[in-house]
Amino acid sequence: MNSRERILGRVRRALADAPAEDEPIARDYLREHGQRTVAETVELLAENLADYRAVVHRCTDEELPDVLTRLLAERGARSVLVPPGLPPHWLGAVDATRVPDRAVSTPHELDQVDSVVTGCAVAIAETGTIVLDGSPDQGRRRITLVPDHHICVVRVPGQVVSSVPQGLERLDPARPLTWISGPSATSDIELDRVEGVHGPRTLEVVLVGQGRTGAT
Amino acid sequence: MSGTYLGMPAFPEAAREAVGDTTLRGNLRHATHTIRAKRAKAVTEVSDWAELREAGKRIKDHTLRYLDRYLEQLEESVTAAGGIVHWAADAAEANEIVTRLVKATGETEVVKVKSMATQEIGLNEALEAEGIRAYETDLAELIVQLGKDRPSHILVPAIHRNRGEIRDIFAREMGEWGRPAPEGLTDTPAELAEAARLHLREKFLRAKVGISGANFMVAETGTLVVVESEGNGRMCLTLPETLISVVGIEKIVPTWRDLEVFLQTLPRSSTAERMNPYTSTWTGTTDSETADGPSTFHLVLLDNGRTDTLADEVGRQALRCIRCSACLNVCPVYERAGGHAYGSVYPGPIGAILSPQLRGTGSEIDASLPYASSLCGACYDVCPVAIDIPEVLVHLRERVVQGGEVTREGNKVVLRPAKGHAAERAAMRAARWAFTHPGALRTGQRAASRSRRFHPRTLPGPGRAWSGTRDLPPVPAEPFRDWWQRTRGGKDGDR
Repeated sequence: MNSRERILGRVRRALADAPAEDEPIARDYLREHGQRTVAETVELLAENLADYRAVVHRCTDEELPDVLTRLLAERGARSVLVPPGLPPHWLGAVDATRVPDRAVSTPHELDQVDSVVTGCAVAIAETGTIVLDGSPDQGRRRITLVPDHHICVVRVPGQVVSSVPQGLERLDPARPLTWISGPSATSDIELDRVEGVHGPRTLEVVLVGQGRTGAT
Repeated sequence: MSGTYLGMPAFPEAAREAVGDTTLRGNLRHATHTIRAKRAKAVTEVSDWAELREAGKRIKDHTLRYLDRYLEQLEESVTAAGGIVHWAADAAEANEIVTRLVKATGETEVVKVKSMATQEIGLNEALEAEGIRAYETDLAELIVQLGKDRPSHILVPAIHRNRGEIRDIFAREMGEWGRPAPEGLTDTPAELAEAARLHLREKFLRAKVGISGANFMVAETGTLVVVESEGNGRMCLTLPETLISVVGIEKIVPTWRDLEVFLQTLPRSSTAERMNPYTSTWTGTTDSETADGPSTFHLVLLDNGRTDTLADEVGRQALRCIRCSACLNVCPVYERAGGHAYGSVYPGPIGAILSPQLRGTGSEIDASLPYASSLCGACYDVCPVAIDIPEVLVHLRERVVQGGEVTREGNKVVLRPAKGHAAERAAMRAARWAFTHPGALRTGQRAASRSRRFHPRTLPGPGRAWSGTRDLPPVPAEPFRDWWQRTRGGKDGDR
């Protein structure tokens, strides 16, 4: 008997006398917490992102290329990773060398790049989370991991949901997902949160929509 | 479980030393109190906590009830997504499988994401014996590995170390394992985190094999989920060419939607955050055109005592555990004794019910663990999947004292009553006799009341150990039943 059969046999014997557990699970928890207008949901996203030390900016569609150019210049980025499907005009005026997301790039090569700019799949307001799903405007998971500076563009309100249940509904489990809530952090020293370990130590989120202009 | 723990003394002996260590007591008190207040706040933020907790419990109970079905479904969906599934009945088999898989890659080093399952089976030691070096990449695991230490907390294995001790370990040991700590390293947490970043960077960038556990496995989609903070998980899950995940069979949830419960309750219960900084999910491997992450993915499904635990009607609820460690942080016993005294990678209240079930109650330490509790119930209150830890503790105490039928490695065996509890059994037998003989009880109670001035403060003989840590209850001047007869229950206004 192989271990597969052995384990499954043990499970079946262990449960031989167990009563049925087939009543549907009561999902009477909330789909979202509290009543908010669309604008308030976006506001909550911005607040929660900032609470976990992401730097939040807001601008309109037309302003976006200028904002990205400015943020990269302020960072002093000499090179920037660019996912294949990122709208080309977003980085049209950027001075930094554009590095494409390629399968053949080694981790060491990625480590030489200063910044990365991506879109996102969905953003969750209640938890201040952005989710990447590897779509063409986001690229492979590693390009948002190795560089120390990540700028993520979120279209508001279209890409924003209130809650974790609403976020999961929009996501495709077949795609590799990365949920990001603030820059990398640790609680390993005396159970107190410290930002900045292995992932990008600076996370900037640009909320793009018809809303107001300027950093919050 | 790991051989590191063989020959551990029983909990009371192990704890005695820890309780006398004032640095350790200070470190634990500081850390557990910090997180306690934060967790309470994070939980209050969601008004439907009770409903989420109940749903989490129900999802896990349902999964465990049909575990065979969900395991087969998971195997099918992982395989369909390009993963390779292995089954390991015990620690030795899991270690053998992983060692073989690593050797097949030709590599002699691996990077590891923090994983309870691989600690439980002692994977690092098994790999080391075969000439493969495993680098722990979680900050706390790194502190433990560099300090040649043992983990003492599920979430923060180096919780027993304060910043000054961590600084000393980094300054002394990092050079032995790779890039030395920066000159003049201080004990500020930010600098310590930076030192870990620099030290591990080169290991991540050159790693060809990553080893992980998983917080959840989704049966319907074949998706694995790793919840983390630092980004070391993302490094290990995406940069290597080969990924090997060792996961306990109880980590399954049936559907993608089920994650909506646990991704809300786990971060708030463990690090007291609305959401942890990084969560990674992956489903098998991606095809070569858009290849993202490892091109080879192995999933090792681990039993190692879980099916034996499943066979116990009362004890099986321990398998609901999502390893958040909230129960450790609120436990008055853990706060004082620390994690090492539990003699297992699973310390604290959950460890006290998990270790004796996974390993059996044969050893001194495992037989003593169900007693490592005051049964105050704080652990049950905070548990996000409502494991009634006190109930299981009492159940396991009964098993230790009375023996009885249990399942070990899939076979039913009958345990003999433990030797060490002869005095307890004798006392209980005497109590039963007294309570079924009212005349004798009355005579005894009156004698006790009259002689109360001469009662010792501690018990003699075998009772000494019991009264060494407890006050004997004072005997009243008059037995209750005499008082009742004399005053008709106080109705006469006479006291």
